[in-house]
Amino acid sequence: MTLDSIKPGQGGVISSIGGQGLLRRRLLDMGLTPNTRVRVRKVAPMGDPIELSLRSYVLTIRKDEAAKIELKEVFDI
Amino acid sequence: MSVIALAGNQNSGKTTLYNKLTGSNQHVGNFPGVTIEKKEGQLKKYKDISIVDLPGIYSLSPYTMEEVVTRDFLLKDKPDLILNIVDATNIERNLYLTLQLMELSIPMVIALNMMDEVTASGNSIDVQRLSSHLGIPVVPISASKGEGIPELIDVVIRSIKENSSPKKHDFCIGEVHKAIHSISHLIYDQAEAAGYPPRFAATKLVEGDGPTFKSLKITENQMHIIEHVVKDMEEALKTDREAALADMRYCYIEKICSEAVVKKQETKEQQRSEKIDEVLTHKYFGIPIFLGIMFFIFWMTFNVIGAPLQEVLEEGIALFTEATSNAMIAFDVSDWIYSLVIDGIYAGVGSVLSFLPLIVILFFFLSLLEDSGYMARVAFLMDKLLRKIGLSGRSFVPMLIGFGCSVPAIMATRTLASERDRKMTIILTPFMSCSAKLPIYGMITVAFFPDNAATVMIGLYILGIAVAVLSGLLLKNTIFKGEPVPFVMELPAYRIPTRRSVLIHMWEKAKDFIQRAFTVIFLGTIIIWFLQSFNWSFDMVEDSSNSILAFLGSLVSPIFIPLGFNDWRASTALITGLTAKEAVVSTLSVLTGVVTDVELSEVLFTVFTPLSAFAFLTFTLLYMPCIAAFAATKRELNSMKYAILTALFQTATAYVVGAIVYQIGSLFLGG
Repeated sequence: MTLDSIKPGQGGVISSIGGQGLLRRRLLDMGLTPNTRVRVRKVAPMGDPIELSLRSYVLTIRKDEAAKIELKEVFDI
Repeated sequence: MSVIALAGNQNSGKTTLYNKLTGSNQHVGNFPGVTIEKKEGQLKKYKDISIVDLPGIYSLSPYTMEEVVTRDFLLKDKPDLILNIVDATNIERNLYLTLQLMELSIPMVIALNMMDEVTASGNSIDVQRLSSHLGIPVVPISASKGEGIPELIDVVIRSIKENSSPKKHDFCIGEVHKAIHSISHLIYDQAEAAGYPPRFAATKLVEGDGPTFKSLKITENQMHIIEHVVKDMEEALKTDREAALADMRYCYIEKICSEAVVKKQETKEQQRSEKIDEVLTHKYFGIPIFLGIMFFIFWMTFNVIGAPLQEVLEEGIALFTEATSNAMIAFDVSDWIYSLVIDGIYAGVGSVLSFLPLIVILFFFLSLLEDSGYMARVAFLMDKLLRKIGLSGRSFVPMLIGFGCSVPAIMATRTLASERDRKMTIILTPFMSCSAKLPIYGMITVAFFPDNAATVMIGLYILGIAVAVLSGLLLKNTIFKGEPVPFVMELPAYRIPTRRSVLIHMWEKAKDFIQRAFTVIFLGTIIIWFLQSFNWSFDMVEDSSNSILAFLGSLVSPIFIPLGFNDWRASTALITGLTAKEAVVSTLSVLTGVVTDVELSEVLFTVFTPLSAFAFLTFTLLYMPCIAAFAATKRELNSMKYAILTALFQTATAYVVGAIVYQIGSLFLGG
């Protein structure tokens, strides 16, 4: 299951971050590391990007980027 | 002289703290070779200590210009102290940068900002424990309320005197620790020679950081050893080097936080933000609300407050001009001095200065949007629209302002997070039809398209947008090729902007604009005045049709044959349009020697056909912006060369599109 495929209100625990280079590094730097709990809060009006909540802050990333984040557990909040 | 480097994440309150620590004695410039702003100021009451405000960054990775600039500054300029501002409400992610800064072996102090919000929500942070874990002083503050600032300054002064670097950097555990240590021994001497703290260099080599490999002149043999060590580490951890280090840092942070931070609930500000976002980024209402806000800002700026203020200023300038004029007549100065001062300097700089109220008011609203945290939401709402041309949602606001005036729009690109986006936005924004072009559209449409005036005008606006989109695609696939900066953006909690920071922001923009009005713009208007008022024997001309400018106009006019017009008056008007676009109208009426609008319409038919008039409008819409906008471009790109290239690109685009309009139009209309 990847982060782009879960609905607003659902959350998950990250298992791995795909992609490469700048993008991947940016995701890691922002705290999207393995075993981090992340929640999808919202989808933008035009369907993209999405709004996440993790490590007590709010982050927005595009769906293409979310698709590179693999989750190992998915739960409803 | 001691230097403090102020470093921290975006949205951590860095600018607010900077403004609190420094007095009015600020110097704003750029880091060498890039468009990234470098602010330097004196620590209040300490004349021998200066503070450099570094770009807001999340990491010291080698990918973005902002990160590279910060790194280079810290490594090469070796400040006496790093003052690291940390947002206490968001401590985990903020400490990620802290851990990287600690490796630089520079004395460090942490300003733990927004502590008031943490305690007010019933949460707590054990500052003592945090400080002993990290091995550096931590001072709780509230930058916006000014709490803890005197204590912070005391600690900073003491730390500079003691000059002790962070001793602790064993926040690495297990396999990563092993790798960093063995590599650190291997490259110790080279790191010292290159001016890199060995520990920082070793971490960066484990991370696979290109610039560090180069700076340390790592030999092929060492390369093999390093790669071997890293490979062992990767296999043991079952992950790659970059993830391993990020994971290690976050694990260490989680460990500290589990001991020092008690978090019962989200802060009140975070809870409030979530509620506000339910409305402002609502699925259906979010975009209409945004457009409503922008409409309100435009209406206030250009109509309600701006226009009357502009009138007052214009009247003031007129009075001043008259007084000067009378004085000069009384002193019987020569004609050319009189003309230089009145027709050249006063008319030119005066007309540009009358834009000042608009700029100040617009930036009042923009800094409210920026400081409150709403600008990040605009990027979230609008990102999808701009993505296709390789930009992100953040560029939407400058482009929108471009419909009002390119000058503040270009100045507003300063807030864009990436240098690439900033450059592209600066190039594309002038294609948005600015309000100064309206009189030109008015004059031409009244004469040639009286029945379809609205259609023609809307068509021009749409054409501008379409050209911007196409140019964006072109730039994205040519000079701005390569990996765009990813759209991974924090949505900070909404906060009430402080009066001080809004005022400082307005003052900075006003100062910036006035400076330019008296430098680049001053020079530009004098040149145009000279060309307009003199002939080749350098005698003043009564009739501007005998001037050098008119000659140049007739010289370039054949260039416009593919656009369907070849008249020296049209090309001359385009040249004077560089001072301000409205000047196209006044020049055309002066050169055609007509007084009334009806006459003008008739005369225009001798210059243009309806189709070539439309090609002329197209060219006017797209060619290089006025000299004030050009000066802003130069300032923001921090390079005359790139500013000129930008102007050439815009003018070439205008020419090509104008020619296409005329040529294709002639096919259908038969000329």
